[in-house]
Order: sequence, then structure tokens, then C-alpha cells
Amino acid sequence: MPTYNLKVNGESHTVDVAEDTPILWVLRDHLNLVGTKFGCGIGQCGACTIHLDGDATRGCLLQVSQVGDQSITTIEGLSEDGSHPVQQAWKEIDVPQCGYCQAGQMMTASSFLSKNPSPTNEEIRQAMHGNICRCASYNRIEKAVATAADKLS
Amino acid sequence: MENTSSLSFSRRSFLKTSTLAGGGMLIGFNLFNSCSPEAKVPVDLADLNYNDFNAFIKIADNGAVTIFSPNPEIGQGVKTAMPMIIAEELDVAWENVLVAQGVLDTKNYTRQVAGGSQSIRQGWDALRQTGATARQMLVNAAAAKWGVDPSECTTEEGVIKNANGETLGYGEVVKEAALLEVPENVTLKEPGDFKIIGGDITNVDIDKIVTGKPLYGMDFKREGMVYASVLRPPAFGNKLVDFDDSAVKAIPGIIDVVRFDNKIAVLAGSTWEAMRGKKALKAKWEEETKAESTEDHDRILTGLLDGNKFETMRADGNVKKAFREADQVLERTYESPFLPHNCMEPMNFFAHVTTNKIELIGPIQTPAGTANRVARKLGRNIEEVTLEMTRMGGGFGRRLYGDFVLEAAEISHLAKKPVKVVYSREDDMSAGIYRPAIKYRISAAIKDGEITGYHLKEAAINSNMYGLIPNFFPAGAISNYQVDVAKYDSNITIGAWRAPYTNFLAFSEQSFFDELADVLKKDRVQLRLDLLQNVKGTTDDRIQYSPERMEGVIKLAAEKSGWGKQSDGVYQGFSAYYCHNTHVSEVADVVIERGRPVVKKITCAVDCGIVINKLGAINQIQGGAIDGVGHAMFSNFSFKDGVPSANNFQNYRLIRMMETPKVEVHFIENELSPTGLGEPALPPAGAAVANAIFAATGQRVVKQPFIENMDLKTVKKEVIG
Repeated sequence: MPTYNLKVNGESHTVDVAEDTPILWVLRDHLNLVGTKFGCGIGQCGACTIHLDGDATRGCLLQVSQVGDQSITTIEGLSEDGSHPVQQAWKEIDVPQCGYCQAGQMMTASSFLSKNPSPTNEEIRQAMHGNICRCASYNRIEKAVATAADKLS
Repeated sequence: MENTSSLSFSRRSFLKTSTLAGGGMLIGFNLFNSCSPEAKVPVDLADLNYNDFNAFIKIADNGAVTIFSPNPEIGQGVKTAMPMIIAEELDVAWENVLVAQGVLDTKNYTRQVAGGSQSIRQGWDALRQTGATARQMLVNAAAAKWGVDPSECTTEEGVIKNANGETLGYGEVVKEAALLEVPENVTLKEPGDFKIIGGDITNVDIDKIVTGKPLYGMDFKREGMVYASVLRPPAFGNKLVDFDDSAVKAIPGIIDVVRFDNKIAVLAGSTWEAMRGKKALKAKWEEETKAESTEDHDRILTGLLDGNKFETMRADGNVKKAFREADQVLERTYESPFLPHNCMEPMNFFAHVTTNKIELIGPIQTPAGTANRVARKLGRNIEEVTLEMTRMGGGFGRRLYGDFVLEAAEISHLAKKPVKVVYSREDDMSAGIYRPAIKYRISAAIKDGEITGYHLKEAAINSNMYGLIPNFFPAGAISNYQVDVAKYDSNITIGAWRAPYTNFLAFSEQSFFDELADVLKKDRVQLRLDLLQNVKGTTDDRIQYSPERMEGVIKLAAEKSGWGKQSDGVYQGFSAYYCHNTHVSEVADVVIERGRPVVKKITCAVDCGIVINKLGAINQIQGGAIDGVGHAMFSNFSFKDGVPSANNFQNYRLIRMMETPKVEVHFIENELSPTGLGEPALPPAGAAVANAIFAATGQRVVKQPFIENMDLKTVKKEVIG
């Protein structure tokens, strides 16, 4: 199988996997970074959201061969100690119920806020529309994104 | 009247302490002991390895406290709330408490189940007694050390104080305390003295969740473990005839292909390889039982409603006579589709079956029952089985069924390897166990402006409403009342789905009462309050709800929502329901935007007795209400020739952020024993929305999902500015 060099959370990794392997499974099964979650495998739920050079990207649709030298950030790399304003806001608002989708929610939120640091509520709702929360913690997700925006400004 | 917990506890068998080899004290608590009189804590604790126990408070010499949470955590918050109750009575600072998940331990627990919103309600007394007993033993030890009477001592946040102002920390007396007799009668705190209960306590796993640490079954790994992707029948009723795995075995990374039951498992070194391998399988299936379609079900269920093959669940007075003598009869039929659970974390489980041990690890709502099923299936002794619960990425009833655990165990047994079965979303949505499709036909007899008769008929796939549901509102409120049920046996598998039966029954009945209010020319809220008057003081002990508590939530929801005082362009719908021992009333605010109804807000009033954790409780109510709105509005699931209509989120609609209403939560404040919150906020939501849609559009939606069963063309394209 081909070998790929990946830059994940600031570290270099070499993996030996089939070229069509989604980066989601490379992270989870090969690099032991299980914070990025599997939800649907077709880019519909957002549980696998990571950053590719800072842009929110679906890890289940991105094949390992497509990454090249772009840098990947996962929830584990957003901050190691949970000090990123988005993580802080998620804790402050106590967003999760089951918590499974929340890494994807936070990765979408952090990428969005890096581009739009002072969003309106409507912009927050639009930005988070692609991430499903089956427990429907949506009210708190919305509030946490606004709280994180306040922390960032 | 209202069904209350009848559990009582024997002190002796309920609690036992021991010193730990490494210092500290273990306190075993046998939850729900009265349900299982044979359960007792082993006598000689000193001889036992700590790992033999999991249902314990552990107090270290330095005063740090570990509390093991016994019940499975599916997002309902019990891993935070159950330890809070122990910590309250133990009288320690929450900051000094570490919470750990207990494993399956049938000797020390008898209800390690996440289901029916019962963990808090049924755990309340036992958890309090456990904490209070431990506290008293610590006090007794300190009093003996000081030579004073224990009654002269007080505690605060893990520190014992005597009348002279001397203090000792729990950790300083824990060794002595562990050797004392277990006290017979301990004093529980007065609710007014609670410091932890009723507070806002953040989810105990929050740090791990926000930093992406391994927590869920999907995250579990073991050295040498292989991943299994399972090919199951493509249609209900299909049987595996033969298969060709030559293409699979040619794929690098494939370890094995195993046929079992009516399925084939592909084993590989990674999840992706296993999933790819499964796609390369060529299987031949044949129809063993008839492949069914939703159009068949519609015809059959309607036939059942029109027919006379019913089982009567409850009959009061003379319904036939009431209808015969009625001035007017209102009749409506309500219809709901099947629904998959769609937990965000797809089904998965780890199993390692060896000659002398069966190790099971993963997300399961029913660990004890599932361990037994695995033992039976493999012909092994239950003593050989261990089971650990991981945090679960949702449950909603799906993980009550251990089918995926049995799969993992069987595959591990056949492949002789530690195995993790992982479902894809397509597997998860099409492998079975759904909320059954149901139709209700409700009729009311009206005479002289009063409801004189009420007749509800249910036609459902495979299973009918069960237990005490026919004794929910309006049972007792209408003198001639009858509930009849009929079912059709299908090969499509069904099961409990968040608030089983009531999730749709509440929509039907609460929509019906809205329409009845119009027929009777009564205010919608007043009609419900008037009916509740008939139940007050009833001697009928079958009645499950409390008319006083129902009245309380109805009035609170009306007040907080500004019922009858909404601004222009906002249309409100009312609903109130009792289930899972909790009373909830909800008001939906709907507006019309771009020709469609949009739910802007849900106001919830809840009576669940004492609220253990406000922060978690609000999350449960908000989530339950939005879940109820979402499925009623958008979710549809049908069958064509045994094949589900949807298998992933591109063709199955779940509610998303932009469709989400703001949910305002108000609790009735009282000091009654707490009841559950995982389910009760969902059932009333559908009717609140349907009734608001009627107010906005004049359309009575009687079939879910609303958005597919409304005439949107006639809805005025009104935009609220």
C-alpha cells in the first residue's frame, strides 16, 4: 500500500494505507486520534469535521491521497488542554448531552469564528446548520458559539 | 393515586464497608435491594480484590472521594446526577468528587438500565441512604476519637466539626470509620439544606468531550482487536442462500470472512478495510417471508381500525350508550410512520470470547439482560461474562436491544479473535428495530355541550401500547371511556423509541382535544382544566397522573407563554401530557415564513419533583422538545418490498439548527421525590406544533411528518417582520 506523510496537529506522521481511505479513519484507526467522530460517512452530519489548512472539512469525504502537504487540525489539536475559546464556551454553557457530535460542532464553530469573529445569531445558525446533534442541544450550541465569539473579541 | 416508588431498603444487606489495602474506605450500596432479596454484598471484603466491586463510594486518606455511577449514560445525564445525590448526603464538596462509571455488577445492583426515564426516580432513596450512611459512619469515627457524642458533631464539605470547634477531615477518620458497625437509622437532609442537589453541575465528562478523549464504544481499542463489518439481509424477510467472497479476500488487509446466523461478517485490521471488504461481498438472498411495503401496512392498519378484533385495555362506563345518545360525534384518525433511532454513534460493540471468558465492552442500555443473552446464545455460564459500559453517543431506546452485542460475541467466538463490530450509518438505519407505524382512531361523544364518551382505538405493527398507558389522561376524566388495541404481525422489527407509544399517542390525543375545544366552543386551556376537575379526589388507583400536578404545569405554561396574548403573526398551540412519571405542558409559537410553518419557540412547564441538576435538566427538556418537534415535522421512514426508504441522512431528515425553536424551560418548584426527564418532554411537542399550525393555517395535520402531509400550496405566504 502507498505511504503518505501527513501533518496533523503540528506533528508529522507517516501512514501506510489504501489511497481511498478517508482521513477520518486514518485519524481514528491509524493515528489513535479518536476525537474525530464517525456519523454518516457521506458528509451529511458533520461529526467528522476537521480543519484542513484552517477550513472546516468533512473527514469522511477527504481521502488520504487528497491531503498532500495541507495541514490537518483535529479536536485534539484545537488546544491540548481545552483552553481554546470555543472549548471554553462549550464547557461554560455545558453544551453536550451524549456529546458524540460535539467535536465536529466545535471544529465547525472554530473555523467559522476564525473567518467571522463577530457573527449575528442568524449567521451562527446558518454556519452550524450542517452539523446534526441528535440530542438536539442546538439552543446551547448556538449560545456557546456566541459566547466563544465574545471571548475571541 | 400517582404511582410512587415502593422500594424499601434493608440496612444490613444494603450497605457494607471495608478498608482498602491502599487506604481509604469502600462503601458498597445495593441499589434497589428490595427488588432482588438474594443480592447481598460478599461477607469477607478484605479478601476481595478491589476490582470485584464497582458500586462504591471510595474515600481516600486525603479526603478525595470517588463515586461510581451505576447506570448506563446515554446522554440523559445520570452519570452526573446519580453521584450528585450521593455526594449531597455524604456532605462533600462536589469539587472533591471524582466520578467513574460502574461496570455491570448484578450482585450489587439490580437495575443497571437506561430506560423508561427511571434511573433517578428509582435510585433516589437508595442513593441518598448510601451517602447519608457513609457520612454517619465518618461522624461516628470522629466522635469516638474525640470522646464526644456523635450528635454533637456536624459536617460540612468533607470536614467533621465538634462542639469545641475541633475539626477532622473525612480522610483522617476513614480507616476507623470503615471498621464501625453500619448504623441502622440515619438522618437524611431536609431539601432546604441541599447544596449540590438543585444546583447547576456541569457534565462530569465535559473535559474529555471538549478535548476529544476516548469515551465512546467507537473509541475503544484493544491490542490485537480486529474490526468487523456485517452484511445483513437487504430486505426484511430475506434469507441468505449463498455468497461469494473471492473478491473480498483479494483486498489487502482483509483477515477473515465469517458466516453466522443469516449474516456475513468481514474482518479486517481497520474499520475502512472491513467496510470496503463488505462492499465486495456477493451474496444471494431469497424471500423466506413476504417482503412488506408501507402501502400494505396502511391498508392493513386501516382494516384493523375498521374491524372488531380488538383487545380492550380499559373500559369505564358504557361507551356504546354514550355514542348512541350523543348529539354530536367527533372522530379523527391519526397516522405515524416507522422511525429509526439514529443515535449519532452508530451501533458497535467489542467482544472477546475465549475458552474461559467472555469480555464485552461498549454502549448498551441493558447490560445485565444482554450479558445473559450472550451467555445463552453461546451456551456459556453467565459467570464467565463481564460487561463494561462506555459512554454512549445516544440511546433513544435503540441500545436497549443487544442484537449488535450478540453479533460481536458470535463473530469473536467463530473467528477466535477480539472483535469490534462497527455499523455504518446505512447498517444502522436499515438493520431493524424501529418505532412501529401506528394509527389511532379517536372518537368523542358530545351531549349537551359536554364530552360524554371517549373511545380510542389503536392499530399498530407488532406491538401495542402497553402497561399503564391506558390509565393516562383522559382516563378518569370522562365517565364513558374505552381504549382498544389491535396489531398486525410483521417481519419488520420494532422496539422502544424514546417515550414508546406516548411519543405518538400524546400527539394524537392532544391534537384531538384541541379540535374538541373548538367543537365545544371552549378555550383550549380551560377545556383541559375542566376535565381535570373530574379526576380530583378520584378513588381509582389505576389512574397514573395527578390532576393537581397536571393543572400546575398547564397553568404555568399558559402564564409563561403569554397564552392568548401573542403578538400579530404568531400562532400558538397548546399541549399537556403525563408520562414516565413526569407532567409536562408545552406551548408552541409558530409563524409562517415563505409559505411554510416555522416553529419559533416552545415554552415548557415541567413538574418532575425535585430537580437534581438544573443545568442537565434544562438540556434534557430542550432536547426532548426539539426532538419531538423535529420528528413530527420532518422525519419519514417507509418500506417498499421489505427495503427501508432511507438509509442515511441524505434521504432521512433530522431537525437541524435553522429549524430549531428556542425552548424556554420552567420547573414547578416543590419538594416531591424526583422523576425522570429523558423522555417526558418529547410527547407533548408534536401536538403543540400541530395545534399552532392549525391556528396559523386552518389545517388540521393528522399525519406525521407534518411537512409532507400538509397542503403547503394554500398556506399564505406571510412573512413576519
